[in-house]
This record gives sequence, C-alpha cells and structure tokens, in this order.
Amino acid sequence: MRSRTLYDKIIDRHKIQALDDRAGPGSQLLLYVDRTVLNEYTSPQAFTGLRDAGRGVWRAEAALGVVDHVNSTAPDRGASVGDADAQRQIAYFAENGRDFGIEMFDVLDPRQGIEHVVLPELGWVLPGLVIAAGDSHTATYGAFGTVGFGIGTSDIEHLLATQTVTYTRLKTMRVRVVGDLPLGVTAKDLVMALIRKIGADGAAGHALEFVGEAIGALDVEGRMTICNMSVECGARVALMAPDDKVFDYIAGRSRAPSTEMLERAKPVWRALASDPDAVFDREVDLCAGEIAPMVTWGTSPDQSGAIDDAVPDPACLPADRRGDAARALDYMGLEPGTRYEDIAIDRAFIGSCTNARLDDLRAAARILRGRSVAPGVRAMVSPGSSSVRRAAEAEGLDRAFIEAGFEWRQSGCSMCLAMNDDVLAPGERCASSTNRNFEGRQGSGGRTHLMSPAMVAAAAVTGRLADVRALATREM
Amino acid sequence: MEKFLSVTGLAAPMPAANVDTDVIMPKVFLKGIDRSGLARGLFHDLRFDAQGGTRTDFILNRAPMQNVRFLLTGPNFGCGSSREHAVWGLLQYGIRALIGSTFAGIFADNAANNGLLLVTLGDDERARLARAVGPDGTEITVDLATQTVTCGGLCLDFGIEPSRRQALMEGRDKIATTLQMKERIRDFEAAYFAEAPWLARGGEA
Repeated sequence: MRSRTLYDKIIDRHKIQALDDRAGPGSQLLLYVDRTVLNEYTSPQAFTGLRDAGRGVWRAEAALGVVDHVNSTAPDRGASVGDADAQRQIAYFAENGRDFGIEMFDVLDPRQGIEHVVLPELGWVLPGLVIAAGDSHTATYGAFGTVGFGIGTSDIEHLLATQTVTYTRLKTMRVRVVGDLPLGVTAKDLVMALIRKIGADGAAGHALEFVGEAIGALDVEGRMTICNMSVECGARVALMAPDDKVFDYIAGRSRAPSTEMLERAKPVWRALASDPDAVFDREVDLCAGEIAPMVTWGTSPDQSGAIDDAVPDPACLPADRRGDAARALDYMGLEPGTRYEDIAIDRAFIGSCTNARLDDLRAAARILRGRSVAPGVRAMVSPGSSSVRRAAEAEGLDRAFIEAGFEWRQSGCSMCLAMNDDVLAPGERCASSTNRNFEGRQGSGGRTHLMSPAMVAAAAVTGRLADVRALATREM
Repeated sequence: MEKFLSVTGLAAPMPAANVDTDVIMPKVFLKGIDRSGLARGLFHDLRFDAQGGTRTDFILNRAPMQNVRFLLTGPNFGCGSSREHAVWGLLQYGIRALIGSTFAGIFADNAANNGLLLVTLGDDERARLARAVGPDGTEITVDLATQTVTCGGLCLDFGIEPSRRQALMEGRDKIATTLQMKERIRDFEAAYFAEAPWLARGGEA
C-alpha cells in the first residue's frame, strides 16, 4: 500500500463511501463520526431541525452535552443563573437532552466545564477517532491522534441524524519543530510563533501534523494547547501521533476503556503515525530554541511579537498587510514603536479551552506566589472545568490566586468570548490566556492581548505586559 | 434552503483581510434558540457606534446599499468561530453571494448548507471586478448556471465544486440524501465496532 499521512489513515478508516469520482485533497466523502460534544448555543437550532423533520438521533450515546458558553462563572454557582436568554438556551438544551436521550452536564453538574477540557478529562477522547462538534476549537483532540474539527449547526443536525458528515478531504501540512523550548517559553508561545510565521490563513484548507523533539517533550496538556490554537492559522485539523504519554493520560479516567481493552487498543494506537516516506502537501519548520514569550498587538492572532520587542510600524510591513495593521493599531489604541513592556493593562484573564488546564494554573500560580496584582488591575481566573477547579483547590492553587488578588471563578468559556457577563468595557485592555484577539471579542471596544497563562500572571502583577522570564528565574 | 440560479443586485466592496465571525455576528446576537432576528446583528459594530448611531462611513450604511445582494470580500473571510449565525445573518440581510479570494473552512461549509454562494476568483480577476464595481458599489449579476459574474461590460467565469453547485441549484435536503445510504452506514458501523471493541459501550470500565 502507498505511504500515507496520519491524517489520511484516520480519514480512510472512517470513510463510508466516496461522494464523487475524485481522489485526494478536495474529494468528497461520507465520513463516519465517532463522537460529538454539544453546547447550548450552537446546538438548539439543530435539535429544532430534527423536531421539525420528525427525525431522531442516530446514536445518542455518541453525543455528550455540556453547558459552557453562556453560564455565569460567579463563585456562588447556585445564586447566579445568568440572564433570561442564557436561561432559555440552558433550559432548551436540557429539554433536548431528555427528549433525544443524550446525556447532558448542566451548570451544577460536578463534571461541568469547557467542552474541550471536559471530554479529554473523562477519558472519552481516544487515538484514531473522528470527533466533529459545533465549536471551532474541536481541533484540540489532535493531541490524542484524533481528527477533531468544528462544524456549523446544519452539520450538527446532519451528524445527529446520520452519525456522519459529508466531508471534503483536506491537504496536509507537516510542522517540524526542531530543538527544545527555552526556559519560560511554553506551548502557547510555540503555537503563537507558528501563527505569526504562516499567517491567519497560512494553514487554510490543511490538516496540520506536528512532529519533532519539542512536541514529544511536551505533556499532553501542552499538546492540546497547540492543536487547539492551530485553528487560528486556518487549520481545520491539527494532529500529533499518540505516544505513551497519551496512553498514560487516558488510563484510569472515568470513561476510558478498561485495562484489558486498553491493552488490546495500544498496538493499534501505536501504528497511528505517518509513514516515514509519506508526502505532505506542505512542510514548515520551526526552531523551538528561537521562540520567546509571545504577545499579540493587533486584532488578528497573527499580529504578534516577542515580548522584548515593540509594536511594529505598519509602513514597515508587507504592502498587503499595512491597511489591516493600521486599522488594528487604531482599534487597539497603540502607537508604532511602543515597547510591549510599556503597555499598561486594566484586566487580566486566565481561562478558555486553550489555557485553563491544571498545568496552566500551576504555571500562573508559580508567578503569583509572594506577589500581588498591580493596583487598578482586575484579574480573574476561570478554571477549564469544575474538575480542574477542584484539583487546583486540592493542591492550594486557589490560595495562590486569591492571595495575589485574582478572582477565583467557576468554570465556563467566560471572557474568552464574553457571551456571559464576564465582559470588557469599551477601551479596557486585557492580558488574556485565550485564543482570539478579534475586535469586540471580549466585549465591544475591548482590547485583547493574547499570551500564555504565566505571561498573564506576570502582566497582572506588573500592571503592564511583562516578560515572565524576568520574574520567574527563582521559580523555574 | 433557497435555490441559487441567477441573481442580479447591488455589490459592495469589503476588501479587509480576516473578517472574522465575531465581527460578522457579535456575541450578543447568539443567544436565541432559533435562527430569526439576525439581520439586525449583521456587522453590528461596523454599522453602529457605541451609542447606537449609524456609522455613515461604513459601506452598507450608504444609499442605496440597504438593498445589497453581494459583497466583494478579502482573504480568509469568515475566520474564527464556527457560529452559523454569521451565515444566517448575511442571508437574512439579503446577501446571496460573496465574491472573494479565500473563505474560512467552517464558514464555507455553513454557507453551502444554507444556500449562500461563495465565488472564488483569482487575483487579477478580483482586481478587475473591484475596479468595475468601484468604491461605492454597483449592480452585478451572478449566474450559477453559466458560472459567470457580470458587471457592465465585464464578464468573468468562476469555478465551483460540482456537488456544491448542484446542491445550491437544487436547494436539496442533505440529510434526506444521506439517509438514503443508511444501510451503508449500518454496515460500516457493524464492521467498525467489531474491529475496535474498546469503542463499544461494553469497553468502558
């Protein structure tokens, strides 16, 4: 058999039949989807569509619902129910779960959290699967060697009714990360450096596969950060070949296969890698040793630089990027040439499916211990899931955050997209561990600077964007 | 969904790169449980200022663009969130096709599923069309049967994936089409789960 990439192996395994007479990238096929996760804001119209057409759900046990986008993250969960619209979405979500036999984690469920944090921690994401879901960051599951991709509401309805999607095969791109990440530089900085290098549409139409020492050296949570945020350079899918770290992560989790089944699965999972002579449509190299802690300056995730640099002059950028850069700087209220470390912040936020797992909270807490949030800065942390929140409390991380002056919130998507009441006021500037710095993303007129969780902590205690390496020599 | 055969109407230039779905449909319009009322939210923060006043410098706020049917878009239009509300809002506003260079993947699938035609042109053709349409916009015709965009004396051919074209022209129900293959899906499932018993329900601890 011809050599194949990991992506093509997984797609071939899930192909029910071709839908056209083409082969390779761009060809259409009916693709079997193993599992999906539903949320309260992209799924309601899909269920209404099923009801209107009198259709049922093909395989209810292949779906799990989690309330995450609109719920309040106020510390007292019972007392804050959100606004009337949020309540209606949550109520209809629960009704759909009951009527169609799909398990739903509501706001008070101890397993509630951000969907892409919850699924892996249940042990429900396994190597070699296809998981499609109504959220662009479904690519997160690539850290397990799973093809995860986001779909819209019409395709959620199609998936629920048929357990399939009609799928267009992607091109493939290999990202080879050579060398090791320097001290103080994280998975978030790595993926931000990639996005800066290839642009916000640099991987459009492609499935990425990450390889190299720096990837193997990362733990599974860091790998999830990279696959998650690959969406911001246009990738629909991001993959990493699964290894023992992945198998160990899965073992023993509440919905993981039994020990006996895991042993049967492992030989199959170990074969989930691109063949040595597989040909990719594109190759990109990244030197891990050259990456510094990153921050964004603009309103697109590729508008970023190393923390020890300065806001660029649009006139010095390529001609086709100048107009967008000038508009972004106007929105952000920044002047060319301003050192990043001179940019004062109003807010600090640690959260999101990109960076709110236990290791992210540990990294931030290491910076915060013995320090205080700068005067005038409001700082919040929303753990990625209720389980992450409890685990963090068990090791005292909550104390580190609270004593430094952070608000220790409940779990949800929160101020990553600000669908609930965690919102920036117009003109407020936020250091954020999230994934998108779009205009208005965190609130109309709000100004977002993306960075790693430790960098957010450094900014919070400094009151300005700050180089975590200058604060962390003692702790690292 | 509404069929797309041939549509004539006003086209407006919106050439910025990376216009994301947060800009197309801000979060405050995502809190419904149906698809209605989204024309109001389309490009909301570009159309209105913080006090709710109309931003007269925005192309869609200039007469006669209230009746816009087409947008000439920049690269990577529709990037970001998977929210299909962005496509619903464009259609409810009256927009029937976008003509640009590249479109983000999920957005493109959502457009196809709702009858919003996406036309991709090469750099040279886009430049010629932009010149013909001008900075204030003008009337054009997009014909899916002949796969042409016409503006005054300018006529440009465009390519489109054949199954997408057929679906747009027929306005068909994709789920019904797939369910015609339900025996194939059942057969696939039976073989698939037999080979991967750790995925079956009994495989869980």
